[in-house]
Amino acid sequence: MGNKLVIILVIIFGVLAIAQLVRVSELTAKATKRKEEEIPENENKFNANMMLIFMVALYASFIWLMLKYGYVDLGPAASAHGQEIDWLFNLNWVIIIAVFFLTNTLLFVFAWKYSRKPGVKAYYYAHNNKLEMVWTVIPAAVLSVIIIFGLQTWNSATEKAGAEYEDIEIFAYQFAWTARYSGMNNDLGKFDYKLTTAENPYGIMTKENIERSLSLMKVGEPGQSGVEMIEEKLNDRSVILSAKERKDLETELGRKERMSRLLEAMSITYADSLDELANDDVIVEDSLVLLKGQKYNFSFRSKDVIHSAFFPHFRAQMNTVPGLTTYFKFQPIYSTDDMKRKLNNPEFEYALLCNKICGGSHYRMKMSIKVLEPEEYLDWQKTKSTYDGTPWIKGNEEDLLEYYQSIASRVEEN
Amino acid sequence: MAAAAQEAIHEHDHHEESFVSKYIFSYDHKMIGKQFLLAAIFMGLVGMMLSVFFRIQLAWPGESSDFLNMFLGDRWAPDGILNQDMYLGLVTIHGTIMVFFVLTGGLSGTFSNVLIPLQLGARDMASGFINMMSAWLFNISSVIMLVSLFVESGPAMSGWTVYPPLSALPQAVSGSGLGMTLWLISLTIFIASSLIGSLNYISTIVNLRTKGMKMTRMPLTIWAFLVTAIVGVLSFPVLLSAALLLFMDRVLGTSFYLSDIIVGGEMLDNVGGSPILYQHLFWFLGHPEVYIVLLPALGISSEIISTNSRKPIFGYRAMIGSLLAIGFLSFIVWAHHMFVSGMDPFLGSVFVFTTLLIAIPSAVKVFNYLTTLWRGSIVFTPAMLFAIGLVSTFISGGVTGIILADSALDIQVHDTYFVVAHFHVVMGLSAIFGMFAGVYHWFPKMYGRMMNSRLGYAHFWTTIVSGYGVFLPMHFVGIGGTPRRYYDNSIFDTFNPTAGEMILDLNIIITVFAIIGAFGQVFFFFNFFYSIFRGPKAPLNPWRSNTLEWTTPTALPGHGNWPGELPTVHRWPYDYSKPGAEEDFIPQTVPLKEGEEEH
Repeated sequence: MGNKLVIILVIIFGVLAIAQLVRVSELTAKATKRKEEEIPENENKFNANMMLIFMVALYASFIWLMLKYGYVDLGPAASAHGQEIDWLFNLNWVIIIAVFFLTNTLLFVFAWKYSRKPGVKAYYYAHNNKLEMVWTVIPAAVLSVIIIFGLQTWNSATEKAGAEYEDIEIFAYQFAWTARYSGMNNDLGKFDYKLTTAENPYGIMTKENIERSLSLMKVGEPGQSGVEMIEEKLNDRSVILSAKERKDLETELGRKERMSRLLEAMSITYADSLDELANDDVIVEDSLVLLKGQKYNFSFRSKDVIHSAFFPHFRAQMNTVPGLTTYFKFQPIYSTDDMKRKLNNPEFEYALLCNKICGGSHYRMKMSIKVLEPEEYLDWQKTKSTYDGTPWIKGNEEDLLEYYQSIASRVEEN
Repeated sequence: MAAAAQEAIHEHDHHEESFVSKYIFSYDHKMIGKQFLLAAIFMGLVGMMLSVFFRIQLAWPGESSDFLNMFLGDRWAPDGILNQDMYLGLVTIHGTIMVFFVLTGGLSGTFSNVLIPLQLGARDMASGFINMMSAWLFNISSVIMLVSLFVESGPAMSGWTVYPPLSALPQAVSGSGLGMTLWLISLTIFIASSLIGSLNYISTIVNLRTKGMKMTRMPLTIWAFLVTAIVGVLSFPVLLSAALLLFMDRVLGTSFYLSDIIVGGEMLDNVGGSPILYQHLFWFLGHPEVYIVLLPALGISSEIISTNSRKPIFGYRAMIGSLLAIGFLSFIVWAHHMFVSGMDPFLGSVFVFTTLLIAIPSAVKVFNYLTTLWRGSIVFTPAMLFAIGLVSTFISGGVTGIILADSALDIQVHDTYFVVAHFHVVMGLSAIFGMFAGVYHWFPKMYGRMMNSRLGYAHFWTTIVSGYGVFLPMHFVGIGGTPRRYYDNSIFDTFNPTAGEMILDLNIIITVFAIIGAFGQVFFFFNFFYSIFRGPKAPLNPWRSNTLEWTTPTALPGHGNWPGELPTVHRWPYDYSKPGAEEDFIPQTVPLKEGEEEH
């Protein structure tokens, strides 16, 4: 309460102070016969000088910010395409800073230099086609360079992933992420949101999951009613339903009938080969673990609203859209330990952040990322099991390690 | 004779005007302009307060603030700590108010209304009644938007772009309930207001120019209003359809934007819709909207810079050409907001090309402003200060647009604070500076009195210093990879505490400047309202300007503007310091001397 009073008093006194200032200025204006529309020489000079002072202050604070907060400890790009993006960013940054300084300097210096002086008349200069042509053509030329370099980088960052890429699916929901690795066959199991149940939170398509969903939709389970139960209830004459209850039940029935028809259609067209795709997938909920040097093709989907998978350290980002699978690929080139050394920051970790407004806890939607060296990565893999409960790693570990090392060393050479 | 008789009737009408018909349901374009301005100033005050609330949260997260509790109450700021849902509500309504109600309604609405008839030599708009409707629809939509702040489940919370599915599903965020419904209703009415207003502006400019006022003799303000109105008429209906489809998805169970969704444990049966469709429709307005906001400001500054440099605007025809080019290009760049939406990357590259093209006419405008200042005789009226501030911020905000238009770089900076900084420098500083410049410059015509110039200087210098103080550091917050619309950045402490600290440091700098800037506006509010009643009486042509609005026989023209005959135009509006003339300005009504070239 006390503070509220202070806030109100400050505002009132502020307004009163300005009122007094205006009063003083009015009285002096009257005394000196100053007219409001005529800007006196000393005031014009004051504003002209302020233009220069402001310009210097603007540049000084800009340079200070650049030096002190230039990269805000983001670190160098930790992915192959990210390095290209950083190079391109620097090129653009140099160009725009040059333009920023040049044009702002001209602006403030002209404003200062050509302020009104007694006896000096402005120079009547209405147009000059040559000059205008020059400053149309020069920006156009500079922009062409920017466009050409920009599109090169864009095309290489967004071209379709080849066979050497490992597929990982990132699943987004309010307010967390889940990763699904494609397993030893490097093929992700199919999915359908209609298959989502408590036992199958990611809607993965297997024969068993389809049957379970179908039965749930038709029969229901404790605490939840299926098509048959709702029909029974609606037909039961001993139960008296209010008009609203009846309408709600009918709506729900319609919805569930539609869903079960779709599920039936799915179960008819289902092929057993789909089970194989899904069974060796590996679902990881705590953190995304990557192998240094491996090329990854991420596919993204969302359970509820649009999220955006933002990997700031890898210069990678893609929206996750319900009903639409999106893709982004990158190759991590520095392990988490490499990056700790580069930033001289032992607490550093990579992160996947949500970068599209998605609800109240948007700001907490994060998954930590670890980029590991081959040995560590293999050790981690050995602790994980696949969708059907078998170990991830099948086959000779030594061979696998050698293969991982060859991948990681490719990056070292660069 | 007939004209004189008409005039007599007109004068007669004028005297019989009641309070209601003069101030409330007025047909007079000047009064309607002032109504737009007052509503926009009020909305601007609200929008600014909302931004101060969430800036406090960003600089001092989790700290109790009596100030927040005082305004937001125990519902949204219990113990003085901002609620995380309300944080999203505040940024959403701040954005909506500033973009639509202040910068579209306030800027284009005010100055198109006040200036189009006066600078063209017309008695009023083509339709006074439609003009009044436009103003009242604007007021109604403003009220509905403000009411949505007081709804129990909160205002719309899905960002000013209201992307579905978030905005379509009350289960996803509480603001998508009644708050969102009010948002859609308010915007629908706003669009109606804007559309009929724009049609009126276009028909007035095309039909009601006075004798001698060729298109190529129109002041650049009018050209800017014309292009703005055309862009608005072509783009706002698309937003209306986007809003209607969203409304149907929310109320009627359609699936335009919804597909494969499970929210709040409920499996929705919407299949086949696309959230991307909404983004295309929204940005088809959304990007032209940026220019709807900016072009009037550029027109205003062209006029003010020329007048106060006492020089013709350099490259008049190039200025018109660049307005037209920007207006045209603004329609084919919208998808640069969607580079990482999941849209086909090839489509993205087309939009990179068209977007970067806009830099060319923008650069032409900047160089023409600079050349206008060169060898001028500059008078620093408050309006001129703001016009120069506009050019500086137009440059600073424009160059960062080049980075954002480059799709490869947008991958990294998309939806970070870099974007927030970019569009605030362009719209929150540049366009707002244009609006302030216009108010200072045409206040004498609107109210017949002068504003205090010293308070104007104080207002300008605090505003530009705090404006850059807010948005310059914000670019670095964004380059550091900080996503926008985060309630706080504590998440950084879990993976890079050093970065977290730096971001917090910058956020404190930003908030301190934001608060200084907010207090700086007191200079303006006070000056504005005080001068309406107590300012010194304005002379007929205070800025020694050439355009027609300063040729009315009274400083504050009555309804009809010129009681006798309408003025006749003989020259372009930029004959300042023309060699051979005695004065350093020649109003448009002065006939060309024998042998004098037009320009």
